Amino acid sequence: MTSQNNTPRTLPRFSSTFDPHTLAEIRRAAATGIYDIRGGGTKRKLPHFDDLLFLGASVSRYPLEGYREKCGTDVVLGTRFAKKPIHLKTPVTIAGMSFGALSAPAKEALGRGASAMGTSTTTGDGGMTQEERGHSSILVYQYLPSRYGMNPDDLRKADAIEVVIGQGAKPGGGGMLLGQKISDRVAAMRTLPKGIDQRSACRHPDWTGPDDLEIKIEELREITDWEKPIYVKVGASRPYYDISLAVKAGADVVVLDGMQGGTAATQDVFIEHVGIPILAAIRPAVQALRDLGMHRKVQLIVSGGIRNGADVAKALALGADAVAIGTAALVALGDNDPQYEAEYQALGSTAGAYDDWHEGRDPAGITTQDPALWSRLDPVKAGRRLANYLGVMTLEAQTIARACGKSHLHNLEPEDLVSLTVEAAAMAGVPLAGTEWIPGRTGY
Amino acid sequence: MTASPDITFDLAQAPLRELNSALHKATGETNARLWRVINPNGRHALAAGVNAPVTIEVDGHVGYYCAGMNQQARVIVNGNAGVGVAENMMSGFVHVKGDASQAAGATAHGGMLVIDGNASARCGISMKGIDIVVKGSVGHMSAFMGQAGALIVFGDAGEALGDSLYEAKLFVRGSVKSLGADCIEKELRDEHRKLLQEKLEAAGLAGTVDIGEFKRYGSARQLYNFHIDNAGAY
Repeated sequence: MTSQNNTPRTLPRFSSTFDPHTLAEIRRAAATGIYDIRGGGTKRKLPHFDDLLFLGASVSRYPLEGYREKCGTDVVLGTRFAKKPIHLKTPVTIAGMSFGALSAPAKEALGRGASAMGTSTTTGDGGMTQEERGHSSILVYQYLPSRYGMNPDDLRKADAIEVVIGQGAKPGGGGMLLGQKISDRVAAMRTLPKGIDQRSACRHPDWTGPDDLEIKIEELREITDWEKPIYVKVGASRPYYDISLAVKAGADVVVLDGMQGGTAATQDVFIEHVGIPILAAIRPAVQALRDLGMHRKVQLIVSGGIRNGADVAKALALGADAVAIGTAALVALGDNDPQYEAEYQALGSTAGAYDDWHEGRDPAGITTQDPALWSRLDPVKAGRRLANYLGVMTLEAQTIARACGKSHLHNLEPEDLVSLTVEAAAMAGVPLAGTEWIPGRTGY
Repeated sequence: MTASPDITFDLAQAPLRELNSALHKATGETNARLWRVINPNGRHALAAGVNAPVTIEVDGHVGYYCAGMNQQARVIVNGNAGVGVAENMMSGFVHVKGDASQAAGATAHGGMLVIDGNASARCGISMKGIDIVVKGSVGHMSAFMGQAGALIVFGDAGEALGDSLYEAKLFVRGSVKSLGADCIEKELRDEHRKLLQEKLEAAGLAGTVDIGEFKRYGSARQLYNFHIDNAGAY
């Protein structure tokens, strides 16, 4: 740009610190007096599985024949204490999401899709619905601080119990289901008046600390006659210590959710600034299990930003036994589908960026309690889409495992991986590609 | 013990698992209606998960979560109870003859819990329909986020009674050290006197106290929907 007298001028330049998004947030906060609440997980760019690559077989390793030689994908969860461990055909499970946050057709579709692929789905805050129990061949029942809808009959109907201490989107935080999503049915399930905001507590009401947790787990085992696997779910923050304490407390399975994991509704500042990426959490968690002699005896499920079979394979190579998906499963059902672009625009968003799940106006009929919007989601077709997606993820993970010469996904190991960045090398504990360097280790 | 038990279970001789397993097999048709448990020695999760119309009388102190998630059963503790007695109870009747530790009756959906002595902090936390009668006093943060049911306290209540209360009804005969966020004193009208009378009759305590001496506390319902102007109240 030049001025009229052709003197060069400085181009308008946005600040990296005060970028347009930041400026807009300051103006929004100044205008409304309230922080931003939204659904989903972190949107910032983080070190992630994309920063890792597999070393395919060559002269020093030999691969397995694709489509011919077997590559197992199954996993058994709950082998430590439970009389009835659960056996999944694929290590990709569906993470806990509540009826209330999600519509009944969405819960049904999750059950249908997971069951078709021989994997599990999980309840959420608010209890177990007939739709999800009826359509989920393997159902994990979450035991949450609010205990909304918690009852022993459903506990006995469950295939496993997940004691939720935290989630990756908000470790240390509770939840809030806003009044506009509290229909008569949701209100009745939670024993609260219709239309009021429903807080989900951040701490359990009848235990504090790992010693109490051990007694709580014992109670749940006694109530269910030691049949059900007991999971303990934590948000990723101090994974070495949290996993150690969960194992000490008697967990059969530990679930570790990174900050990319979604939530139905939380403050944006919480989602973006509390917790750590799943890539940084897996190795400390596995180390905790190894130090206790419990790796593969207490199974590790990881979640938070799992999108494809490569992510599954990488998570397993780092030491996980299985993964869980939430956001990706909703996308497979139809969340943020471009077919609703005009409606997303009308809501002030766009397909792919819509995250006002707490407002209950989801055009896709997934994060809503509006019956008119519910009717847009066909649970049979949506379940089929989820099953397809789960199948593709499994095939992709097998493709990679065979290329690394592994006859089972669980035979993948850190030695199969390298990192593209110094940060990811340090977090994942695998060498920077082309070197033997793992920052913080091996003498550097 | 007024009647001879149908079954006596000695926890010094057999593991808790055996007791709970036997109790879980009991049904409405069982003829073993009266169970006596001796030497509990503070065992946790005693009589947890029972779903049958039986009476279980425990001679001694119990640990955490006695009668947890109880359905139908009548559980009598001739001693003190640890944390979370009758937690998440759905129905039935639990009677602690001594004192109870923290979180008595936590999150319980139904049934009645009677504590002859004192109850510690967070009595009735997140209660969802249970009725709790404490003949002594209750500790701080009792009925925190209480959703439904009634907490009736013959003695005093500690700090922050009924903090963030929903629709649970609170009645305290003695002093209240302080009220929690959104909990206020409300008029004790005839309908509430009637309710108190019914609850005390169900607890077997009708006529033991003057109902007119109670004060009623409930939710001001100002924090039911988040508003930035109320942020200072939390």
